[in-house]
Amino acid sequence: MYTQLAETRHGHLGPNLEFPEPPCRPARIDGQARDLLWRVSDLGVHYGRKTVLSSVSIGLPKGKVTAIIGPSGCGKSTFLCCLNRLSDSMEGCCVEGRIMIGSQDIRSPSVDDIALRRRIGYIFQKPNPFPMSIRRNLELPLKAHGVRDAAEIGRRIESSLVAVGLWSEVKDRLNASALHLSGGQQQRLCIARALVLEPEALLMDEPCSALDPIATGVIEDLIHSLRQRLTIVMVTHNLNQAKRVGDEVALFWCRDGFGYLVETGPAQRVFEAPQDELTKLYISGRIC
Amino acid sequence: MIERSRFRFDGHLLLVWAAPLTITAIFVWIVGGVLLHGLDQLSWSYLVEAPRRAGRQGGIGPILVSTLLIVSVCLAVAIPLALGAALLLAEFVPRRSTGARIVRLSLDVLAGVPSIVFGLFGSAFFCSLLGLRFSILSGGLTLACMILPVLIRTIEQSLRGVPNAYRMGAAALGLTRTRAIVTVLLPVAAPGVLVGVLLGVGRAVAETAALIFTSGYVDRMPSSVLDSGRALSVHIFDLSLNVPGGDAAAYRASIVLLLLLMLINGGMLCIHSLLKRVMGISAQI
Ligand SMILES: Nc1ncnc2c1ncn2[C@@H]1O[C@H](COP(=O)(O)OP(=O)(O)O)[C@@H](O)[C@H]1O
Ligand SMILES: [Mg+2]
Repeated sequence: MYTQLAETRHGHLGPNLEFPEPPCRPARIDGQARDLLWRVSDLGVHYGRKTVLSSVSIGLPKGKVTAIIGPSGCGKSTFLCCLNRLSDSMEGCCVEGRIMIGSQDIRSPSVDDIALRRRIGYIFQKPNPFPMSIRRNLELPLKAHGVRDAAEIGRRIESSLVAVGLWSEVKDRLNASALHLSGGQQQRLCIARALVLEPEALLMDEPCSALDPIATGVIEDLIHSLRQRLTIVMVTHNLNQAKRVGDEVALFWCRDGFGYLVETGPAQRVFEAPQDELTKLYISGRIC
Repeated sequence: MIERSRFRFDGHLLLVWAAPLTITAIFVWIVGGVLLHGLDQLSWSYLVEAPRRAGRQGGIGPILVSTLLIVSVCLAVAIPLALGAALLLAEFVPRRSTGARIVRLSLDVLAGVPSIVFGLFGSAFFCSLLGLRFSILSGGLTLACMILPVLIRTIEQSLRGVPNAYRMGAAALGLTRTRAIVTVLLPVAAPGVLVGVLLGVGRAVAETAALIFTSGYVDRMPSSVLDSGRALSVHIFDLSLNVPGGDAAAYRASIVLLLLLMLINGGMLCIHSLLKRVMGISAQI
């Protein structure tokens, strides 16, 4: 399956992979120098009385892979949750600041969070396919978003499974339980489940941390193959992984229990010429 | 060494085995006794005929029908109510809120109330106050009150047992709360819900005390749920207590009740394991 995905990267599986522009895209994404999908300013997050993130300001470029690195507990997952308002579903989570997509603050009550999450998928650290058949896992989000046509559903299921390189492995057992898949396959199914909705961005929270090195490689290749049509924001623990897949890197840190953004920029620049002392120490592995 | 320890007398082991063996022995004793006394005249006609001479002769046809109706009324009322209440407790009310605690505590107390008390309540409330008199409807509603606490608590537990990762996963896919509950959480919790219903049905089918004062004694074929009807357990109670020479008939009816309970249990367990297999959860009860 590894070789097959390597093929994907060279475009052999091209024709099935069409992700048309979603109809509800906001007017225009007015980035300045670069085309930004999110522009986050002064983001602060609290759980009850506990402050987890404070004054995070960052722009996340469109069509790129942004790798978020940093030690455990500095609020990387929390930050990711805010980007598609999944933070609404966490108990006691309170978000302040501005998170702009285009010219709209996604925190404003007029934004439809359901539509927002259709446009921006989320992959969890631990693969969480629903304990149902593979087909049902992929059908469920489609039906929830009003796709009723059986042929359309079938087409989308196939193309998303092809995109994650799972089609040849599961096409004969779409009705088998998703829990019978291996960990890496489950994670790819979760990615496929997000892809059936044809999103424009994918948030991935340490998608490989529960997987073995081979499955990790497969997922990394998958991220490479998705980067042209999707904006990806990926949290990772692994500096080498950030180097391998990240176009942009953002380092988060934790001081006195507050998480904050230390440095962000193009991956090459950050890794070769870090500007912050903390970044220098962290990427040279002297603190972690 | 290994050989010797295999033959060593182990006092602890004996203690450990004593409990299950005792339970099995009691079960065999009860079932054996019932079978011994009542198996001789069990036949198809017994299941469909009407009772004669106060049940000493004839069959239990109308009684089976009444039992079925009472249990149906009970489940038709109890399952939707229990699902609603359990969903409220498990998904919508904060777990440690005062309201939820009070509700949970009252449910646990109610679950321990003797069934005769429910019988008296049903008789006062449904039969007299609501004017339903002795009827299958009164009996079914009383049974519903009786099994609701257990049903709500087991369904709540099984909903709580659904990993949070599924809730977050559903939210991340842009499913609304309601949709997530209907299409993800309830199907995942279904095996547990089924066990709850199974416990409830078991209690309902075997119930006597709550029915004597509510659905009554009449052993005619009921024409509607507003008719009085005699449940199987009430029939057994009546035969063994009020009918001289009714012992053999009581044993015969008991066999049917036992078979009925086993059938319900077996059926539910089949559905349970089927559900688990379909969803790929490793089998466990
Ligand atoms: N639901 C929650 N309630 C309270 N505190 C939380 C919750 N989730 C995370 N936290 C706290 O927020 C901090 C950041 O967590 P997280 O975003 O998961 O960090 P990371 O992903 O960088 O490891 C941690 O200190 C954690 O204890
Ligand atoms: Mg995390």
